[in-house]
Amino acid sequence: MQDVFITPFIGSRIGRPRQYLLSILSVCMVSAVCFLFSAYIGVEVVAFMLLLTLSLIAMFFDILPVLLTALLSALIWDYFFLLPRYNLRVGNTEDRILLSMYFVIALVNAVLTYKIRQIEKIARQKEEKAKTLKLYNTLLNSLSHEFRTPIATIIGATDNLLEQPGRLSGDDSKKLLTEISVASLRLNRHVENLLNMSRLESGIIQPKKDWHDVHEMILSILHQLEEALAGRRVIVSIRNGLPPARLDWGLMEQVLYNLLYNAALYTPPGTPVFISATRFARELILVVEDDGPGFPEEEINKVFDKFYRRGRIGGTGLGLSIVKGFVEAHDGTIELTNRTAGGACFIISLPSCFSVEAAQEEYVS
Amino acid sequence: MNQKTTTEILIIDDETSIRKILEITLQSYGYSILQAATAREGLQLTATQSPDLILLDLGLPDESGHATLKKMREWFGKPVIILSVLSGEDDIIAALDNGANDYLIKPFRTGELLARIRSALRNALQENEGPVIRLNGLEIDLSTRTVKKDNELLKLTATQYALLALFGRNVGKVLTHQYLLREIWGSDHVDQLQYLRVFIAQLRKKIEKDVNYPEHIVTESGVGYRFLAGSN
Repeated sequence: MQDVFITPFIGSRIGRPRQYLLSILSVCMVSAVCFLFSAYIGVEVVAFMLLLTLSLIAMFFDILPVLLTALLSALIWDYFFLLPRYNLRVGNTEDRILLSMYFVIALVNAVLTYKIRQIEKIARQKEEKAKTLKLYNTLLNSLSHEFRTPIATIIGATDNLLEQPGRLSGDDSKKLLTEISVASLRLNRHVENLLNMSRLESGIIQPKKDWHDVHEMILSILHQLEEALAGRRVIVSIRNGLPPARLDWGLMEQVLYNLLYNAALYTPPGTPVFISATRFARELILVVEDDGPGFPEEEINKVFDKFYRRGRIGGTGLGLSIVKGFVEAHDGTIELTNRTAGGACFIISLPSCFSVEAAQEEYVS
Repeated sequence: MNQKTTTEILIIDDETSIRKILEITLQSYGYSILQAATAREGLQLTATQSPDLILLDLGLPDESGHATLKKMREWFGKPVIILSVLSGEDDIIAALDNGANDYLIKPFRTGELLARIRSALRNALQENEGPVIRLNGLEIDLSTRTVKKDNELLKLTATQYALLALFGRNVGKVLTHQYLLREIWGSDHVDQLQYLRVFIAQLRKKIEKDVNYPEHIVTESGVGYRFLAGSN
C-alpha cells in the first residue's frame, strides 16, 4: 500500500527535462545491449526487453516522456532489429503485424499505468482531505470548549446575580463575582493568544527592540501571575550585574508569561518553579524549569506545534507555539528538555541582546 | 417515595467553574447538589446516592459523556439533562438516543436551565400517573385510545394516534427523528424522514390552534420534536 502511494511522487520530484533525458538514455542503453547480443537473441526477445523498459519508465515518469519512449523504442526496434535492418521499411507481413502490435501494446501500457496513477492520486487526496477534516473538527471542538466554558460561567453567574437582588447570601454573591472575574481573565487570555497567533501567521511581527532590564521584566510577569502561582515557591536567579538587554518587552513578556502560566497550570500545586537569566557573550539565556511530570519523550518535538495539547488536558494549544514564534521573531531559539530530576526545562537563547562593550566588560572585570 | 425532602441534583462536569456556578444557582432555588468531576466519580455517586436528576457534561476527562450515559441508563431511570459545548446535531442526537431526556448547549441562560430541570422532574413524576394525559385543552386517554381537544373528540388515524400518544408519554422531552420513526414505523424506516414530516403536519392541523406557530409539537431543528403542554 505504502509503495503504491510513493510512485507518483517520484515522477513529480524529477523535473520534466530530466525525465525525457532519462527515458531516452535507458531506451538507447537497453537497445545497445540487445544490439550487441543480436546474433544470439531473436527480435521478439528484443521487443520484450524494450516493453519491459517502457513499463518501468511508465511506473515512475509522466505521460509525455512515456509516450516518447513508446515511439522511440518502436522506431529503434524497427530500424536496428527488424529485417531489413538499418531501414525503417518492414520486409514481410508478419513483421509488419509485429511492429504495429508492439506499438499498440506500448501505448496501452503507457496509458493504463498513467490512469492507475491518476486514480491513486485522487484516492490519496481524498484520504488527506478526510484527515484534515477530522483534525479540524477536533480543533474546533477544543476551541469551542475553551471559549464557551468561561462564557457559560459568566452568563450563568450574571443571570443568577441579576435575578431578584437580595435572594443570594453575600457570601454566594461574592463567590459568583469571583467566578466571573476568573472566567473573564481566562477568556481574555484566549483572545490574546488567538490575536497573537494571527499576528504571527500574517508574518507582520516586527520586534520593537529597546534596552530593558530583564530582572524588572521577570518581576512584572510574576506580579501578573501572582494568583496563578499562589502557594508555590518561585526561584528567580539573575546573573550578577546583568546589563540591560535589547529586546521587545511586549513579546518577551508574553513568552515568559505563557511558559510560567503553563507551569502553574500543568504541574502539581505547591511544586516550585525556577526562572533564570544569564548572559553568554552577547546572547541572553532565559531558562524556565518546573518540578512537574515533564513531557513524554516522543512528544517533545511536537510541543511547539500549533494546537498541540497534552492528552485531554484543556487549553487552546496555542501558548507554546506563540512562545516559539515570538522567540524566533528575535532570531532566537527555544529548546525543551526533561530535567533528570523530573520536570520540564525550557531554554531560550536570544542573540545580540547585549552591546559589544558589555560583552567585553566580562573579560576586563 | 423516598426519605429525601429536597430534590437532589448531581452535576457531572470537569470544569470547576461551571460546577460552582451551578451549585450556587441551584442551591438558591432549593435543590441540593452533588458534584463529580469525572465519569467514574459520577457513576459512583449515581449508584450510591440515586439523585433525582443528573446534569451531565459530554466532554469528561476519563471517558466520553456518551459512554457514561449509556452505562448509566442500564440501571438509572431518572432524568438526565446533557450540558455540552458541542453544538453539532450528531452529538445531540446521539445523546438523546442514548437516553438523555434533554440537552442544553453551553453557554445557556439560567432561566432556561431551571425550566428544563422542572419539566424533566415533572415528567419523571407523570410517568407513573393514570392513563389520561391532560395538557392545556388537549386530553389523550391511553386506555380508550381517544383524544379530545377542548372536550371535542378528534378523529385520528391509527398512525396519527400512535404518534400523538408517544408524544403524550414524553411531554417536554426531545424525541429524535430516528426514535420517532423507529417507534412508529419500525427500524427499517429510520431514514424515511418524509413520513414523519407528513404526519407531523397532519397532527398539527388537528391539535394546534395556529399551525404556523405550533405550541404543542415544537421543532428542534435538525434533531427532532419536543411535545409541550402549550400556553393558555
